[in-house]
Amino acid sequence: MTRPSHLGTSPVRTDAPAKVTGTLRYTDDLVRPGTLHAAILASPHAHAQIQSIHTAAAAAAPGVRAVFTGADWPGILIGLYLGDKPPLARGNVRHHGEPVAVVVADDEAAARHALPLLHVAYAPLPALGSPREALAPGAPVLHPGMNAYARIPDILPEPGTNIANRTRIRKGDTEQAFAGADAVVEGEFSFPPGDHVALEPRVVIAEYGPDGRLEIDSSTQSPFEVRNLLARALGLPERRITVRAAPIGGGFGGKAGIMNEPLAALLAMRFPGRPVRLANTREADMLSSPGRPGLQARVRLAARADGTLLGAEIEFLFDSGGYADYAVNVSRAAAISCTGPYNIPNVHADSLCVYTNHPFATAFRGFGHIELSYATERAMDLLADRLRMDPADLRAKNLIRQGDLTPTGAPMDDNTGDLPACLAKVRERLRWDSAPHRRVMPDGTIRAKGISCFWKAPAIPTFTDAGAVLFFAEDGSATLSTGVIEIGQGAHDGLRMLIAEALKTDLDRVRVTRRVDTDLSPHDWATAASRSLFMAGRAALDAVADALDQIKQTAAVPLACAPENLDVAGGRVFLRDEPSRFLPLEKVVLGYVYPNGNSIGGPVIGRGRYITPDLSSIDPETGAGKPWLEWTLGAEGVEVEINPADGAIRVLTAACTMDVGKVVHPALARGQVVGAMGMGIGYALTEGFVFDARQTVRNGSLRDYKIQRYGEDPDYIVDFVETPQADGPFGLRGLGEQGIVGMPGCLAQAVSLAIGRPVTELPMTPECIWRKSREAAP
Amino acid sequence: MKTLAGTVELILLVNGEERRAVVRPGDTLLRVLREKLGLTGAKCGCENGDCGACTVLLDGRPVKSCMVLAVECDDLAVTTIEGLRDHPVQQAFAEENGFQCGFCTPGQILNAAALLESHPDPDDDADREWMQANLCRCTGYEGIRNALANARRRQKPPRPPRQG
Repeated sequence: MTRPSHLGTSPVRTDAPAKVTGTLRYTDDLVRPGTLHAAILASPHAHAQIQSIHTAAAAAAPGVRAVFTGADWPGILIGLYLGDKPPLARGNVRHHGEPVAVVVADDEAAARHALPLLHVAYAPLPALGSPREALAPGAPVLHPGMNAYARIPDILPEPGTNIANRTRIRKGDTEQAFAGADAVVEGEFSFPPGDHVALEPRVVIAEYGPDGRLEIDSSTQSPFEVRNLLARALGLPERRITVRAAPIGGGFGGKAGIMNEPLAALLAMRFPGRPVRLANTREADMLSSPGRPGLQARVRLAARADGTLLGAEIEFLFDSGGYADYAVNVSRAAAISCTGPYNIPNVHADSLCVYTNHPFATAFRGFGHIELSYATERAMDLLADRLRMDPADLRAKNLIRQGDLTPTGAPMDDNTGDLPACLAKVRERLRWDSAPHRRVMPDGTIRAKGISCFWKAPAIPTFTDAGAVLFFAEDGSATLSTGVIEIGQGAHDGLRMLIAEALKTDLDRVRVTRRVDTDLSPHDWATAASRSLFMAGRAALDAVADALDQIKQTAAVPLACAPENLDVAGGRVFLRDEPSRFLPLEKVVLGYVYPNGNSIGGPVIGRGRYITPDLSSIDPETGAGKPWLEWTLGAEGVEVEINPADGAIRVLTAACTMDVGKVVHPALARGQVVGAMGMGIGYALTEGFVFDARQTVRNGSLRDYKIQRYGEDPDYIVDFVETPQADGPFGLRGLGEQGIVGMPGCLAQAVSLAIGRPVTELPMTPECIWRKSREAAP
Repeated sequence: MKTLAGTVELILLVNGEERRAVVRPGDTLLRVLREKLGLTGAKCGCENGDCGACTVLLDGRPVKSCMVLAVECDDLAVTTIEGLRDHPVQQAFAEENGFQCGFCTPGQILNAAALLESHPDPDDDADREWMQANLCRCTGYEGIRNALANARRRQKPPRPPRQG
């Protein structure tokens, strides 16, 4: 019995009917009667001492049930890896938008209307506007109590400074490498922090029951992490907390950590038996909840005259804003991957996560890699200019290959993707070698191309896990219970295809439960790091194998054969050598019933599990270790059109070729890459917070914070290379984030070529391009 | 000009049904749809008219329901995503992956449906002008662009080749 494979086909998504009819219920569509509504008062200052908060007028407003300030929870600190953040500011505010007080009322309008009745007296303090400012001697120390903060061992804060984490990479001997080099280039590159702009603002609904249990509905990418971190922050055991997650309206890392859940939980504990809803306004989502980090980077490269890279000295200063959140691991991830996908034998890198008075930062698509890639790709371009080499040739000469050592000293293994093939494909797609890289068009506009290479490894705990439970219904269909959240990426559809393939059955006989509930779903670390189809896929295949064993055990009795002689396909369990002797699965999966009523077996329940094997922490002094699971490698390129008169820029073409191991669902895979490239274009050309001299954000709404719009999308060209990942399900590896990583680098190369001056800052708005093009040529 | 205070009972014509709601004069159509009428397809993405996730049709014209007061709508026909069934634009969005997370999708689809009413033939300039009203953070707009083309094909099948 052979059947065509599901893998490589593009069935319509299972959530399409609900999503195109508006009937999919997101978290904020689940509000229950009797819910209380909370509204946050945000700090207008980036750095100030709170002198007093007068709450009486707000508390007396119609419909208001209570007002709370930081003083209400004096002992509580929240954090992912470093517990540094009070649920409401205490003493000082550390960023524009920091929650200072919260009003709880019968409805949201009443809560919001009471906010202007709160009177807060602030004494403004000098605000730190960049990591370098925060590291300068005499800079105010934003977290003087850092020494007492709880943290995990991999995070190394430096008390008495603004350094929340420092990761060191010491590989080889850079001093010697630079001394013996034919060419040395150095550059500084930077960009401001910004926001994820998931279309769904964060929302949480919390209820505290008379049994002392907390029930949380949250728009989260990581319900199990939320449960665990809530437990630690509130001093409750996990068994007293349930976290439920509906599908979410975009995450991009912004919903991967812990957000408003602790505050909502604390409020709920003040109103036992009543749900309390805390929904971000867009402005709060951008400023009060975490965004993505900024960066100041310095990169030095040493090379031979022929372009062979000898050494790199790298300093990454991540702008974490007022709190550390996931940024302490973003900076660590950037250290682990600091060179980009190039074989550099000698590396000296320091990657710091630095507190400033900017809105605080968490995980963001690419997790340190978009940041490091921008800096290293820009440095590669400087080197190509210095050596008068084609930037693609310089990259081709240094691409990382199997057996090469990564910055942490561990070798690229047998699963290493074919980066040379990726780069060659992008060259072909851009007509890199057959058409000029820069052209002045008859209308005076300039067209220019850029090319970059990228890599990404998930920055995950060494014990990252995924569970899977597969159970069956009377019709013989299988249902997967997973902890993976559907955030738009289509992971549930991918998992369904893997299971149907392994069960050799039709797609419509497999379902994946849509909502995740920590009481009902098996444990799963988080829907992050582009890991879901890989790890939950491994767990799902493990569950299928377990289920098949049980099916064969039960069926072997009535079929009068040994279980090992049975096979399952097409909804039947049958004798491999005599397929006409079979039972339909529906007669087996809940137990087999003989004609006389006697029964055997019982419900088949497939159990599957996965945990990352053989990962290690890195050495705090040298960075040596093997913290990564797999690398996704790829290349990207663009052609842009710039009007030199006003700096207006249009991306005409964006190409990406990525080695993903195995393409499960081509349309969804392409959608992930295209969406990531589009987001990368916004990142490079229009996005990022604009600050005034007091470090308050001037573009904290979607009116002024410009993300990509319809019509600003280029022709996307996406190709895949399939070098199997031996330990990935059917050979696949992660691909959800990676398409963003190389975009700022290749766009900056193209813009620099167009205007004849190396660009060193993002975003490359028309004004910035226009100004830069009028600077003296180098 | 109307002058209203306290709460008012309103009869709205929503998706062809008369719906009653007691609202405050300051309540936006978006909040009334979501909170009083249980029509949660329109989303609160920004409540500032910037993102388009709350787009509905008023007498067939796309409007951001966060920028309209419910009391202004008492003599208009309101169409929300719940009122659209088996519309070619919906089918096209499903087929072309014109969505990922789906949060902006009701607004995209309603705006696109009105666009195709107004511009049945492909028109890049009109498409850009209309569809820039709706932000999408997931798709890079490729799927949405393809969905528009697909929906136009569905609405207006290509002419059969001329005989002989």
